[in-house]
Amino acid sequence: MELLAEILITASLVISGIFGFVGSYGLLKLPDPMTRLHAPTKATTLGVGGVLIASMLYFIVLGDGLSFHELLITLFLFLTAPITANFIAKTQLHRNVPMDDLPKTGTGRPWATYESDEARAEAEANRNP
Amino acid sequence: MIHYALIFAFACFGLALLMNLYRIIEAPGVGDRILALDTMVVNSIALLGLYGILRGTTVYFEASMLLAMTGFISTVAYTRFLLRGDIIE
Amino acid sequence: MSPAFLAHDEKGRTMKRGATMFRKILPHPWLTLLLVVVWQMMMNSISLGNLVLGLILGLAIPIITAPYWPNRPRLANLPMIIEYTLIVLWDIVVANVVVAMTVMFKRNRDMKPAWVAIPLDIRTPEAITVLAGTITMTPGTVSSDVSACGRSLLVHCLDAPDPNAVRDEIKERYERRLKEIFE
Repeated sequence: MELLAEILITASLVISGIFGFVGSYGLLKLPDPMTRLHAPTKATTLGVGGVLIASMLYFIVLGDGLSFHELLITLFLFLTAPITANFIAKTQLHRNVPMDDLPKTGTGRPWATYESDEARAEAEANRNP
Repeated sequence: MIHYALIFAFACFGLALLMNLYRIIEAPGVGDRILALDTMVVNSIALLGLYGILRGTTVYFEASMLLAMTGFISTVAYTRFLLRGDIIE
Repeated sequence: MSPAFLAHDEKGRTMKRGATMFRKILPHPWLTLLLVVVWQMMMNSISLGNLVLGLILGLAIPIITAPYWPNRPRLANLPMIIEYTLIVLWDIVVANVVVAMTVMFKRNRDMKPAWVAIPLDIRTPEAITVLAGTITMTPGTVSSDVSACGRSLLVHCLDAPDPNAVRDEIKERYERRLKEIFE
């Protein structure tokens, strides 16, 4: 029983270390600003999840009891990592990508970051006459 | 055996922090700097957790939880400033 | 035409007499339950004192913040929620491994990043937020922007030889289930 827990803890620590490393290595290696966004936000989140699984198992084996703080940390990270990825992607769109590079929305109005405040107020007024 | 795996994980996350620091200094654009800063926050959460395992105490998870709850706000503030010119309108 | 002295909810339907009192005490029942559970997890023990304090917070916070949340989404379908959560967790683990292999071992010129525009069938802002978060968490795709009217989602793919396949898969796997959950 002890040996099984020790093997599981070691495996999760090693896997999480590899994922954390790959996440930041992708930040250096990938060529394009938008592709550079993919690697850290996902791989690093999974790496931290692995560390927290290892610590939960470790403290159960050590006898301190089940602790829910690690689950809460993983939950908060899963909630906030997409928010930061979305905001940074919008910044990249705003500064580097001209509007014609993107596919059309299929409706009358453009993507939200390209529409100015005046155009949005006008579209709202036209929609509810 | 856990001790060696801990040292390996510390080395991996430490190298990841150094790579983020390099990306902050040498960035092709401002989005890369903001992304590297946010990734440094997540790596710090992992390092605090690992240090808690090393010392055998659960008190470092409080700090990890605080960082996880509020660490993304700085990224949101930077990007809102770049997008709108103003953080709170 | 329903009588004016009976209360109406936000969609204009008439409510029964007892329902308004319930609405005033618990504006968001699921949020109350969630707050109680999360408070227990934070305090790391399930005891009567923690339960009472969690209930106080769980009642106070939704009542205080009720003016800021005028329209509640309807969450009706519990088995589908559990199925959706399990599918998302499985996708996160499996696809992260694939992206890690791509990032480490594929050469830079072999990767074909692509922009995909996905027309949406779901209308409520909460459902669109959950869909965008799920698309970002499953590796290979990052949801970047939404159109100004809320009908279309812009997604950036890391390595997509076929953009139409990505769009069809997202619509089939995630949006169909979200439509059943939220409507």
